Amino acid sequence: MSETVIKCESVYKIFGENAKKMLEESNGNVDAKTFQERGCIVGVNNASFEVAKGEMLVVMGLSGSGKSTLLRCISRLTDATGGKIFIEGQDLLELNNKELIELRRNKMGMVFQSFALLPHKTVVENIAFPLQIKGTNTEESISRAMEMVKLVGLDGRENYFPRELSGGQQQRVGIARSLAVEPDIWFLDEPFSALDPLIRKEMQDEFLRLQEKLQKTIMFITHDFDEALKLADRIAIMKDGIIEQLDTPANIVLNPATEYVRKFTEEVPREKVLIIEDVMDASSKDNLGDLKVSKDEIIENVAEKILTQEKLVGVVDSNNNIVGSIKPSKIIDTVFGGRKIGS
Amino acid sequence: MEYLKKYPKLFQWLFLLIVFFALCFAIDVPETYKFIRGQAEFVKDPNQSVYFFLGKEVRYYAFDVFWRLPPLLGWLPIWINDSLFFLMNEWMPMEFWNEDTQEFKTRPLLLEISRNLTSFMTFLIELIREILLGGLETIVAFTSWDFIDAYPWLELPGLPWTIVAAGAALLSYKLSGKGLALFAGLTMIYISIFGQWKPSMQTLSFILVAAPLSFIFGLGLGIAAYKSKRVEKALYPILLVMQTMPQYAVLVPALVLFGVGDHAAVIITMVVAVPPMILLTILGLRAIPPEVIEAGRMSGCTNWQLMFKVLIPTARRDILIGVNQVIMVCFSMAVISAFIGAKGLGFNLLLALNQLNIGLALEAGLCISLIAILLDKMSLAWANKQTDYFGNLTFFQRNKNAIFFAASFVIGIILAYVGTFIFKGSFNYLFEIPHNKGISTADFWNKGVDWIFDTFFVYIKAFNTWLIQDVLQPMRALYLRMPAVATLVLAVGAGYLIGGVRSALVVAALTLFIALSPWWDRALVTLYMATFGVVISCLIGFTVGTLCFQNKKSAAFMLGVCDIFQTFPSFVYLIPVMMLFGITDTSVLIAVIVYATIPATRYTIEGLRSVPVGLHEAATMSGVNKFQRLTKIEFPLAFPHMMLGLNQTIVFALFMVIIGAFIGTEDLGQYILKALSDKNGAGIGLTLGICVAFIGLIFDNLIRTWVGKRKKHLGID
Repeated sequence: MSETVIKCESVYKIFGENAKKMLEESNGNVDAKTFQERGCIVGVNNASFEVAKGEMLVVMGLSGSGKSTLLRCISRLTDATGGKIFIEGQDLLELNNKELIELRRNKMGMVFQSFALLPHKTVVENIAFPLQIKGTNTEESISRAMEMVKLVGLDGRENYFPRELSGGQQQRVGIARSLAVEPDIWFLDEPFSALDPLIRKEMQDEFLRLQEKLQKTIMFITHDFDEALKLADRIAIMKDGIIEQLDTPANIVLNPATEYVRKFTEEVPREKVLIIEDVMDASSKDNLGDLKVSKDEIIENVAEKILTQEKLVGVVDSNNNIVGSIKPSKIIDTVFGGRKIGS
Repeated sequence: MEYLKKYPKLFQWLFLLIVFFALCFAIDVPETYKFIRGQAEFVKDPNQSVYFFLGKEVRYYAFDVFWRLPPLLGWLPIWINDSLFFLMNEWMPMEFWNEDTQEFKTRPLLLEISRNLTSFMTFLIELIREILLGGLETIVAFTSWDFIDAYPWLELPGLPWTIVAAGAALLSYKLSGKGLALFAGLTMIYISIFGQWKPSMQTLSFILVAAPLSFIFGLGLGIAAYKSKRVEKALYPILLVMQTMPQYAVLVPALVLFGVGDHAAVIITMVVAVPPMILLTILGLRAIPPEVIEAGRMSGCTNWQLMFKVLIPTARRDILIGVNQVIMVCFSMAVISAFIGAKGLGFNLLLALNQLNIGLALEAGLCISLIAILLDKMSLAWANKQTDYFGNLTFFQRNKNAIFFAASFVIGIILAYVGTFIFKGSFNYLFEIPHNKGISTADFWNKGVDWIFDTFFVYIKAFNTWLIQDVLQPMRALYLRMPAVATLVLAVGAGYLIGGVRSALVVAALTLFIALSPWWDRALVTLYMATFGVVISCLIGFTVGTLCFQNKKSAAFMLGVCDIFQTFPSFVYLIPVMMLFGITDTSVLIAVIVYATIPATRYTIEGLRSVPVGLHEAATMSGVNKFQRLTKIEFPLAFPHMMLGLNQTIVFALFMVIIGAFIGTEDLGQYILKALSDKNGAGIGLTLGICVAFIGLIFDNLIRTWVGKRKKHLGID
């Protein structure tokens, strides 16, 4: 892996009056129930992870699981109760107010579920806002904002007010605003949750296109497991403030760590998530048939071809070297095996 | 018994009423009791009882405590007076440098503060006034009288009215567009031609100082309260009382603290105008979605930037309503503060009303209303203005307003100069049309009034007599017949039934304060007038509101009408009713009804509007007709909001009843008016004001508690 951008070490966020004291007393052994009895609510419980440069970490969880709280700790919109958070090696919790503002002005961008646009500013003014806050002059900030307007495909609507736009368009403004200062780290808090399904899919594709181009370090919050699978490099699944499992989408689908995670994976169409490499047999490379498939193919795309074969199918890497093989019956196992049929 | 179980609340209320009436009948009026006589009017009489409190002697007529409580708070006005006197004249004497005599002088701290504040305000007002009208006070403030004697040409000449009119029109054009520009121009021309220029500009200079200062202070304190719970807690009770305090009542203490004149008026206007501004600022800031604040933070805002670039603009709607309120209060005070020597239209209006010159009063009132509407619209347009970044404008286009203003400035001066030749020996009408030298329609209106009186005298008189004899007098007698204890039981019982122990205690404390003050009878008269006004206003307001709601256009139209009527200073309402009904209680009551109908109508329409569209559709699909929809769906859901309208109606009615004292009524207002000309009036005025405020607060507490519960019950907010 390349260099680490975000690093969390045993981060806790506990709401309540004596939160700090109680956390110290508990010695890192936080039990949500006992805390609740004493008037404290556990938001994030012992979260440790790293996000590498250019990686997209999707934090998935249902409402109340603490995913948004975790994001707010890392952006320091709230102060974590315990633990350490490093942004590019800088200890976030040690920063004073001025340094924090500098960090946000230059390194961070954030997109919100409810868009959080300023109602009194037009599209272009909203996008130029972080630049103007930084002190960029009007002309430069507006021309930069116009670039962003083009990037998110809102040309011609730059003088509209947020109230005159649809939800999808408003979120495009939110995305453009968060990107205006060219941040290295990009936080997205359920950006597409408030949108209609069709628009949501369109925005997800758009988002992937942008990320291809920009290669930001991303923390993406969602409650939609399918969205997480579609977008993520790695997924962190949270429940009651605890990260239940943090892994690549394929590993989560194939090896759910807990019962809770398994429930999510049950309904997932594996052939759409897994690639050949995930299911191939790396040990047997002999006795292959004529068909060769790339190890990076998504199963769905090659399933039909493989299923018509009787012999083993060879799996090749990008240099056309054989790295393993796959049995046609393995495809059937993968697609139907893990799922409870008819229940 | 089944009914009892089904409607327990109903029976509790019935029981309360029975107890109330039983007490009313059980407690007799003492034979020697004289209604309306103040119980402690500081005249010695052997029949009076005496008690001492904090060294103050309080004399009063003792009666059965069930009938009237003894005025145990009778010492309060005297005590307030003494404290004020002590603070102003004796407390914390300090050495201050005196410019005029070039030596140190000993003065009490508060007096010095008051003097400095006063001279600062005077300077601000004079500065604006002299830009508009000319004069030499401003130059003198920087130099000295000797200096101005040596260089008499330094006197500010004042702007010709043509320039001010053009300036107002151009500013309006820049802010809003042609419509407002036209309105501004016409208003200014009207003011000038009708000879109201000087008083109008005096009033304007007063407003231009009072309104921005009130806005800044209100916003500042609102922000402070938003940021700190402690500040909010400290401010809240004051805000509450000030909201229902009649504006009259604060005049008297101001008189003591700041003397007579425009400066005192500005300070007192701020005292009245700042509370609603604070409340609306807090309300607006609280309503901001948390994500917007977070978005601001993530954009790297400093605290300062967050407040002024994110929070305040986002809360703009409520803050604008606050600005609107500030402007309303300022104009209303511009009239009322004529009582303490503020110059301008208000003074002319009061004078004309006093002389029963309805025509003149109407002209002054129209001027003040027009300026009020103009400033209101301009402030609104200013807040909604937006910048165009992409227009590729030439130098001329970008600066056209400035260029036009410069041009009109030059033209105005040339016109004024030409005017000196045209109007040789008389007034230069192109420079300033002097007061009463313009066109006057006063005679026309006065004749009109006379004509109405001559023609309809019989009918008006008959109506008047009927109303007073058959409705008002009996109602008044009934109210006065209420024994203190019975009233207390009724109020506390209502408080308990509506809001539980907490509400009961609050209401009890407020009622007790009034009952223990020396003015219980007066309070009852105030209450009776307010009740009459409120009942009729609500009947009219709810009906008109409901009818207008049936059609989108008429609803919008009615709300617009309410907006405009609300901008009129309260005193203006007295003009037309005095035209028709002369100096009687009927006049006051009709003014009360007209004034108080505004909130009743507005809240009815708003309440009905707030019923969700989904429910309308659901109702339509259930096959209801229009009437059923109104009674079964819309009224029950809109009712809580309409009750808030009732609350406002009560406050408006109380205000007007108190102002009605100017015409001559026998309520608390009469004493407030009296206190204005009494050198020991500060304490009395303030205590009376608090009494009125408390009457308002009793209803405010009950209604708000009820609405809160009802809304929770209905699941709307």
